[in-house]
Amino acid sequence: MSVVSGGVTDGVVSVSFTAGSDSQIRQRLRLSRYFMWLCRLVTYASLGVLAVLLLSIMWNSAGRLSWSFLSSHYSMHPDRCGILAGLWGTFWLVLLTAGFSIPIGVGSAVYLEEMAKDTWLMRVIRVNLSNLAGVPSIVYGILGLTAFRPLMIQLQSLFDGRHAVNVLGMFRLRLLKLDIYDGSVLIGAMTMSLVILPTVIIASQEALRAVPASIRVASLALGATRWQTIWRQVLPASLPGIATGVILSISRAIGEAAPLMMIGVLTVASMCPGGLESPGQLLSEPGRVLAVPFDQFTAMPVEIYDWSKQPDPEDRFTAVAAAGILVLLAVLLTVNAAAMIVRYRAGRQLRW
Amino acid sequence: MYSGLEVDQQWSASCQLLLVRLGFGLSFVESVLMPTWASQRIHRRHETLIRWVLFVCAALSVLTTAAIIYVLLSNAVYAPGEKTAFFERVSLWQFLTSGRWKPTDGAGAHFGIWPLLTGTLQVALIASLVSIPAGLGAAVYMSEYAQPREREFLKPVLEILAGIPSVVYGFFALKFITPWVLKPLFGLLGLEISIFNSLSAGIVVGIMVTPLIASLSEDVIRAVPRSLREAAYALGSTRFDVSARVVVPAALSGILASFLLAFSRAVGETMAVAIAAGGNPLLTLNPLRGSQTMTGFMVHASAGDSAADSISRMSMYAVGITLFVMTLTINLLSGWIMRRYREVYQ
Repeated sequence: MSVVSGGVTDGVVSVSFTAGSDSQIRQRLRLSRYFMWLCRLVTYASLGVLAVLLLSIMWNSAGRLSWSFLSSHYSMHPDRCGILAGLWGTFWLVLLTAGFSIPIGVGSAVYLEEMAKDTWLMRVIRVNLSNLAGVPSIVYGILGLTAFRPLMIQLQSLFDGRHAVNVLGMFRLRLLKLDIYDGSVLIGAMTMSLVILPTVIIASQEALRAVPASIRVASLALGATRWQTIWRQVLPASLPGIATGVILSISRAIGEAAPLMMIGVLTVASMCPGGLESPGQLLSEPGRVLAVPFDQFTAMPVEIYDWSKQPDPEDRFTAVAAAGILVLLAVLLTVNAAAMIVRYRAGRQLRW
Repeated sequence: MYSGLEVDQQWSASCQLLLVRLGFGLSFVESVLMPTWASQRIHRRHETLIRWVLFVCAALSVLTTAAIIYVLLSNAVYAPGEKTAFFERVSLWQFLTSGRWKPTDGAGAHFGIWPLLTGTLQVALIASLVSIPAGLGAAVYMSEYAQPREREFLKPVLEILAGIPSVVYGFFALKFITPWVLKPLFGLLGLEISIFNSLSAGIVVGIMVTPLIASLSEDVIRAVPRSLREAAYALGSTRFDVSARVVVPAALSGILASFLLAFSRAVGETMAVAIAAGGNPLLTLNPLRGSQTMTGFMVHASAGDSAADSISRMSMYAVGITLFVMTLTINLLSGWIMRRYREVYQ
């Protein structure tokens, strides 16, 4: 009897004692085969969906992607519209988000994994962390809108050029006039940091947990303090794992639009944060970087949302949106490739 | 010539050197210039300081939760100070029973959550119908059938699918699925489908959460011990019997938990739905028409330029607290099922 069931049980000889006749067995095997094909079908369907998604976007963008698309601002005219402001906006947003979330996230993970004792407070923090990871990003947007934005408005009124502060009761210092906007890069980054912090912390915790206890014990036995052990042994050893988790969280921040929409970033922008429009300007006018966190901005996904929603009878903004998506996906691909390289290197240099 | 391994070791060594150098200043000063007792005291203080800084980092997550809850409650339920919260102006009864959502500042405003709630649940339900068979099928295939090589190829594909931003799926639904798939399909049946519709939104959200179900379910399925499978095979089971009657039931708690997590993700999904489902809060169960979800409304409301304490703006917080409570409840339920009904094998 030829039995097709593959894998572990290739060529099963006696299945007859559980089932009755030959035809029944054949029927069961046929059912099994159909089931496998069904599972295979739905699995490969995901590949098909991915291909269709990419192809439809490429087809929609149809030649719209060009150098001028990357280097021009928003325009009412779809043929002249570009993504420059979104590119720079996303760049600064992600830079600041990483600046906030990496130290805080890795610090929390180190505390929870390496230092905390098992008290009720720590249990609360752990349970809370897993729940925070499930909170929709738009809810963080509400928090940013209600808690962070007023802060910016306070700063705005403080630095309007009419305020002065008393320094030690001796002289009055006139505050500068700064251009501070309420939908600024800074609050965007603060909000986005809250969105990705739970994932950064959880990923870092897992990376720290993967470091064998023997390394810690050996370091402590040689007279290192707890912090020296963490800083010189545990963190370097878990660096690849932490980096992978952090990069994946960052790529989430790149694609996330909902919290930014909530805090009210620009959807239509014809300027870049700080007025910096090219990498060359970064070198020629580095002082402008200081203005970036307080400047208003837009991000790539926000622009794409806006373009997709443009009521346009001739559908010409569709091509703009599709080209924007291609740029966004290219950025994400680059970032994820970095994660893959880190993971690949780490896989080869495990030493224990 | 360096071989790859040497380059890697150099790379990791330079990483470590960098970290050590940063800590070097202190250790030089203390080892040369200080008596031991003083250096120990400095170390102790140093350690305590670091401990506190890291504790503050860890406590920040609790603070975030507290801040979210405070912000939602103080704007939706009870406002301290001269502001009035949403439910101080609109009765909870109207919010929960009225079937009209018309959040304007003037006369004729109606604040009944049902249109938004049905919109949300409709999208989440369609998403579940798509993602549960697909995710579970993929999980079973990857853990029970796929060769290791095939698995290594399929897993990244699913990860890519999970990593594509929500706006991209929204675009895909609006510009591809609706005009090129659903419109011809329902055209054959003689049904009219509007440009913005819940069905396309639900389908793309389903595609988005499929990798979540697949990876979580695969983890629990793989955790089912091999001996169970082998026992079943030894009794003459086919692969279908083993997968469907032994492995999946053994991992059922984890699989159900993954379904619930995916559902809660679908409920909280924003941009794809805001693009694809439209912005018209209709009380309808027809997936071929547009609807507005809770998240879609929030994006819409925050973009408006009404005053910060106007009732139309405050309604956002009422919807926000509903969304928060809903997703939190589903997530907690998911965690509870995972713990309560977990089968533990030795």
